[in-house]
Amino acid sequence: MTSPNAFISIQNVSKFFGTFRAIDDVSMDIGRGEFFSLLGASGCGKTTLLRMLAGFESTSQGEIYIDGQPMSEVPPHHRPVNMVFQSYAIFPHLNVRDNIAYGLRKQKLPKARRDEMVDEMLDLIKLPGYGSRKANELSGGQRQRIALARALILRPKVLLLDEPLGALDKQLREQMQLELRALQRQVGITFVFVTHDQEEALTLSDRIAVMSGGRVLQLDTPAGLYETPKSRAVASFIGNINFFRGTVRRNGGPTGAVEAEGLGVVPVPAEQLARPDGAPVLVAVRPEKFALSASRPADAAHAVAGRLKNAAYLGERSHYYLQIEGRDEPVAVSSQNLGGIGAAAGERGDATFWISWSPDSMVILEAE
Amino acid sequence: MSQGTYIKRHNRALQIYAVVFLIVLYVPVLFIPLFSFNDSVYVRFPLQGFTLQWYGELWTREPVWNALWNSVRVGAVVSVISTMLGVVAARAITRYRMPGKSALVTFIMMPLVIPGIIFGVALLVLMSRLGVPLSLYTVGLGHLIFCLPFAVATLLPRFEGFDPSMEEASMDLGENGWWTFWRVTFPMVFPGVVASLLLTFTISFDEFIMAFFLTGTDPTLPMYIWGQLRFPQEFPSVLALSALILIASFVLVFVAQWIGRVGLDQNKETP
Amino acid sequence: MVDTPHPNRSAEAGAPMPRTSRLTALLHRSEALRGYLLMAPTLLIMTLGIAIPFLILVAMSTWTRDGFGFDTTPTINNYLRVWTEPVFGALMTRSFWISGVATVATVILCYPMAYYVAFHVHRRKMLWIILMTLPFWTSYLLRVFAWKVILGYEGVINSGLMSLGFIEQPLEFLLYSQEAVIITLAHAWAAFAILPIYVSLEKIDRSLLEAATDLGDGPVRRFLRVTLPLSMPGVIAASFLIFIPTTGDYITPALLGGPDGAMIGNFIQLQFGPVNNWPMGATLAIVLMFWITAVALAFLFLTRALRERLT
Repeated sequence: MTSPNAFISIQNVSKFFGTFRAIDDVSMDIGRGEFFSLLGASGCGKTTLLRMLAGFESTSQGEIYIDGQPMSEVPPHHRPVNMVFQSYAIFPHLNVRDNIAYGLRKQKLPKARRDEMVDEMLDLIKLPGYGSRKANELSGGQRQRIALARALILRPKVLLLDEPLGALDKQLREQMQLELRALQRQVGITFVFVTHDQEEALTLSDRIAVMSGGRVLQLDTPAGLYETPKSRAVASFIGNINFFRGTVRRNGGPTGAVEAEGLGVVPVPAEQLARPDGAPVLVAVRPEKFALSASRPADAAHAVAGRLKNAAYLGERSHYYLQIEGRDEPVAVSSQNLGGIGAAAGERGDATFWISWSPDSMVILEAE
Repeated sequence: MSQGTYIKRHNRALQIYAVVFLIVLYVPVLFIPLFSFNDSVYVRFPLQGFTLQWYGELWTREPVWNALWNSVRVGAVVSVISTMLGVVAARAITRYRMPGKSALVTFIMMPLVIPGIIFGVALLVLMSRLGVPLSLYTVGLGHLIFCLPFAVATLLPRFEGFDPSMEEASMDLGENGWWTFWRVTFPMVFPGVVASLLLTFTISFDEFIMAFFLTGTDPTLPMYIWGQLRFPQEFPSVLALSALILIASFVLVFVAQWIGRVGLDQNKETP
Repeated sequence: MVDTPHPNRSAEAGAPMPRTSRLTALLHRSEALRGYLLMAPTLLIMTLGIAIPFLILVAMSTWTRDGFGFDTTPTINNYLRVWTEPVFGALMTRSFWISGVATVATVILCYPMAYYVAFHVHRRKMLWIILMTLPFWTSYLLRVFAWKVILGYEGVINSGLMSLGFIEQPLEFLLYSQEAVIITLAHAWAAFAILPIYVSLEKIDRSLLEAATDLGDGPVRRFLRVTLPLSMPGVIAASFLIFIPTTGDYITPALLGGPDGAMIGNFIQLQFGPVNNWPMGATLAIVLMFWITAVALAFLFLTRALRERLT
């Protein structure tokens, strides 16, 4: 069942639209005060799952518990959650103050107390004095903050955020990411955040559930997802990665090795290699795990030579594509532009370089 | 979009056509007020001189006032009911996934296309079989059927034009369906509601064919005019009455259309 | 919908949620049910006002007039009469002919207007659209009446021409003719043509026209090869929206048609009025409905075929 400190518990939940499975037997626990992200491409079911938490979509099967209470019979307006919508859904016929105070009607507060609460919220989102503005006089970033304030003023147990930063331009988005994270620490509410932007998810989250086709592919911390992806899909969805076809080589002992195309035979820690001898595997290595050098580094245990096919200069770093022997596709290598080799490599064109790596950086995945 | 692009360049012939078209569209109707001020019982050129005599006669005529009152009563009730039902139906159509929705919408929209005479005689037959005497109530029912599709068609774009997450946001912030409707939905579709009220009132007020089959002893205004058309000597006063009805309709409908469209095309229009 | 049994966890932390009734819960879960419920009053009225009366009309068409009452023994005699007596066929043909000519005339005359507003009006588009459709909303009876004033024996045209000295005697063919009915119908239904054509023209991606020009088409060829085909859905919709309702028109032929311009609607009214043969009137209404359905299906088929070709 669920771990005792699970604050939101999603248990075997499915959602059908006709015969289409939008959510396919998903189970997960989200802890109290956690910043939790649902990450996936559009159509993966992340928004549907979020809307099921909010109560806008019913569960076809399974049950969702929030703070120990089953939710399937609870309509949206009785759930202890609030949502920041993708479009923000700022009421256009109300001003900022009335938008933020919208949910307070039922609390029957004296007007002075209500105004005080709204002012606190305006301070919190750094928009003091904006109370009398109309929705159409606000910028995208301001709308986003007001949508936040409108939800947070009700002190929900859970705040749901549906791609709240998607509509903002890059610079503003990065600023809002920092603010959002700081805000979450400040108010201590559980955030469930939906995004298709892997960088955003990595930056913000305590834990991330990567979704595809209505299923959870992997649920892990950002570092866990990036460093030890459990499948090819997760590995390629988050960041860039090289895949090498490989075979398990065991010599009878507890440790073993992998023979990967172009990389040779590399010894691999035992815990990564719970497979019999000769089993096909997929070896994944991130481009920045390769070190690039003009000649074979003396101290490297594993290194191969490759011919430079292509280079892309990205400012702080460059991407190089090297053709190595035994592999058709070039290997992508990412290297910081500290001067020296990086700058030089781009210009030299058809030249030979060495790449070296540590066996720790190799992720062994199921072959397809 | 810039104005000077190749595709959109000026076309003088088309412009002239458009102006002539508008004139032809309006001129026939304008003869009604023109002759209503003519000092002659004969509706013909040359005009004889200006008079308000025909309007004065209308003022003193009891049956005109009765017919007007009947039409206003039917129109008011029909417009309120059809708009209320239209709001609810338009919301259902735009907000809910339902099997068979398009068939239901087609069914509701049928009176827009099918000749009124079929509905008129069908209702007449129903009423006579049920033994219901013809009255303003039967006229009202006929008008309701005729006005509902217009109400739904006027309100649909309003509901389509606003983000469904507005209503969800309200639910999410703790309001139930009833309060969400009054605090969010209604204010946002309000222009559509006003437009629908005005339009359906005008349609009912001007409607003839349903009333023709379903009127009992109390005539509506169009029925009264129809009755007067048999008497050539009544022509001038009919013209005066028609002129008044036309002006009222034009104003009502213009306001309705204006309110109904304001805000809908705001993004596209450069006013 | 399947409810998996869930453990009773309400004893755990957190305030108890408000319990909702079964019905509310069902409504909360079934979106379609809520939708149907909201549409129910409208559908009820439409059923009461359209479906049930129509069924009774069908029933009545199989009855026979019997003095002041009806002989309710079912018979298809009325239909046989409609089928065999030439007057009915002629009337039906004439109705469709008049509506057809009026429809074609309206669509052809309105197309350039819709084109102008769609492509050449840039400011105050909304005002133009309202201006074009405004007369449509005013009393149909009065608009037809206006044409009687214009076309009458002593009407605007005749008296105008006579007082200007162009003619000695009033032109008698103006009123009480098929032409008078066609002119009036075309004028009265213009808005039904303009709106759908305008909408389909407005939807055309302007870059398609630029592409056609770029590929070497002049204005005329571009219109014939791009604009016109892409606006055909609007043209078909317009034809449908005018043709169907005008076939059963009553007021226009009654006021302007005379004996030569009478249409099926007048005949139906006669049966329910002076002739007092309701079953025959019901039969005619059903036959009209049948033909309308047939035409509507033809239009539907045409639109579908066109859509497949366009996409």
